[in-house]
Amino acid sequence: MDFTFTDDQLAFREAISRFLMTEAAPEMLREIWETDVGRSPDLRNKIAAQGLTALSVPEALGGLGMDDVAWALMTQELGYYAIPDSLADTAYVAAGLLSALGDGHPARERLLPRIADGSLRLAIGHPVNLLVSDAQLAEVLILLDGDQVHAVSRAEVDVEANPSIDASRRLGRVSWTPSAATCLASGEEGRALGAQLLDRGALSVAGQLLGLAQRMLDLSVDYVAQRKQFGKPIGSFQAVKHHLADVARQIEMAKPVLYRAAHGLAHGEAAASLWVSQARLACCEASWLAARKGIQVHGAMGYTWEVDLQMFMKRAWSLDASWGDRGFHKSRVAEYLFGDQARLGPGHTFEE
Amino acid sequence: MELTYTAKQQAFRAEVRAWLAEHLPREPLASYDTREGFEQHRAWEAKLFDSRLSMVMWPADLGGRGCDLIEWLIFEEEYYGAGAPMRVNQNGQLLLGSTLMEFGTQAQKQRFLPPMAASAEMWAQGWSEPNAGSDMAAITSKALLDGDHYVLNGQKTWSTRAIFADWLFGLFRSEPGSSRHHGLSFLMVPLDAPGVSIRPIKALNGKDAFAEVFFDDVRVPVANRIGAQGEGWHVAMATAGFERGLLLRSPARFQHTARKLVELYKAHRDSADRDPGLREAVMEAWMGAEAYALSAYHTVGRLSRGEAIGAESSINKIVWSELDLKMHETAMRILGARGELLAKAPAAGDAAGWLEGFLFAQSGPIYAGTNEIQRNIIAERMLGLPK
Repeated sequence: MDFTFTDDQLAFREAISRFLMTEAAPEMLREIWETDVGRSPDLRNKIAAQGLTALSVPEALGGLGMDDVAWALMTQELGYYAIPDSLADTAYVAAGLLSALGDGHPARERLLPRIADGSLRLAIGHPVNLLVSDAQLAEVLILLDGDQVHAVSRAEVDVEANPSIDASRRLGRVSWTPSAATCLASGEEGRALGAQLLDRGALSVAGQLLGLAQRMLDLSVDYVAQRKQFGKPIGSFQAVKHHLADVARQIEMAKPVLYRAAHGLAHGEAAASLWVSQARLACCEASWLAARKGIQVHGAMGYTWEVDLQMFMKRAWSLDASWGDRGFHKSRVAEYLFGDQARLGPGHTFEE
Repeated sequence: MELTYTAKQQAFRAEVRAWLAEHLPREPLASYDTREGFEQHRAWEAKLFDSRLSMVMWPADLGGRGCDLIEWLIFEEEYYGAGAPMRVNQNGQLLLGSTLMEFGTQAQKQRFLPPMAASAEMWAQGWSEPNAGSDMAAITSKALLDGDHYVLNGQKTWSTRAIFADWLFGLFRSEPGSSRHHGLSFLMVPLDAPGVSIRPIKALNGKDAFAEVFFDDVRVPVANRIGAQGEGWHVAMATAGFERGLLLRSPARFQHTARKLVELYKAHRDSADRDPGLREAVMEAWMGAEAYALSAYHTVGRLSRGEAIGAESSINKIVWSELDLKMHETAMRILGARGELLAKAPAAGDAAGWLEGFLFAQSGPIYAGTNEIQRNIIAERMLGLPK
């Protein structure tokens, strides 16, 4: 029993964090926001050079062969720096699906090496989501039709853009016609892949929300330490301290819930979906609280376009319902908890 | 990350489970806030000790069995999962015990820890004073050195179960004219010493749950001091925050309450669902208890890797106290009109037990450092906000 990360995992996270700190500064995010595409090929290439796009591609196909547990850390970094890119959809969620196709599956062999080298952008459509993130920009779309999983090239679909309050989001409504040629899997296999896709998408969002919460807390701490009223930093007032202490509490308590879910997914444990939903709810709570308290302690400045906080708040608000809204995840927890099979009480924390 | 238990850990779990199945009292013990219940709990503790299960993490020569932190969590899960009695000597075993382990001399450890593990000696705390509550450094009770003894004068208050206890530990001002954190010494005082008088304070439940303790020229040997003279504040504070936060209230206790709450909700679902907020409150209670348990395993893992845990223990304190309150509030709401009934009321039915817990839960956000003080600690020491 060791519920911690390895030194390697922590070192990788640290390296990515240091890299993003310089390469994805808030000024750059603003610049990218202003562009039509909303994406920076330069940033994407640099991220690929760091190995992030190769993280969960199997080693045999040019990747690093790491699992969901590593992504529980990486998605926090993507959230912390509010990367204007649905990178995790390609490198984590779609890569996970393609890896799960049998050895030798043509799509697996063709697409995974290109995910690893950073040259391929995928978008994922899942019935749990209203729209498809990055649908316009992707080269290939993973789309579900009943129990069928398809990989469809961009030229074969129509995309209608739907702008979001988060200017870095590129959402599209996708129209397409399924065909036998694009089908990757169907039947029981397709259903299982679709379910796994959802859990990975939800976990990815949970990690990003937690990273966003931490960023909003850090921005707020910096602000209240320097902003003076009544002759002293407003961060010395208890009312302000207690707001931010509550945010810190929510973040710290959400982390281990996220980590158990990641481990559960990596090991295909029976309770993994339940744990993912718990992680999502904990991370949603933490990020919205961080946004609410963050804007409050920033005062009127928090309500402006000018202060960086807005970029992180908007991402947190937007991601909240992505890959399952709270109602979806609560109903999964309720189904378990109020059903007949619930294992309650101490001693079942890690048990399937 | 390795989230399975070793064969040794599983065997330990099985041993504790079997032992509890065999020895658990058939009838619930009386409240340990009464003389009768206190002695029943003392006898239960002695039974635990005889099988070296009272303080599993302590070394064998001091009355424990040298378990590591994971085994301790396993013990707690089995103990509270079985609905075993509350730990009557917790202030000694869980708080003073850790301090003695870290700062006590070999002689002090040998003298005090085994009888503490056996609950042959019961301990009360002596921190708060009438004018030193959250502001503990305002302590004025004196301990003046006179040869090889200290002479104690002053008053402590809110001392839990002190009228039944054998010993008291706490901070006393040993340097005349000193102020705040300076000049305090950490002393252990036998409560049968001449000059000690104890006046019970009735708690919300009507029982003598705590007391005021008065010292009138009480002589205490210098050998009963832990750490150096005048260094008492440091000794009291240095005991790892983990031990104050997590040892005192391990997650298992709250997971057990969460289970009872889910079962209560399921048993009264029709009436409970008239209030749409209750279903969600039950879910949140269960998820909160799970999160606290996960956090404990994460913390234990980090400690085992040599990391230090600081102000995060203040997060634990807030989490368990607010969770406990929330769970009992939710139970009271589910019980509706039966919530107010005492356990002996004929119409109480399965309401019995929740009320007592509800009353006690009110104290959680207050004792062991109010949650306002904990939030200050988080803001100042973890987030680095200015004083």
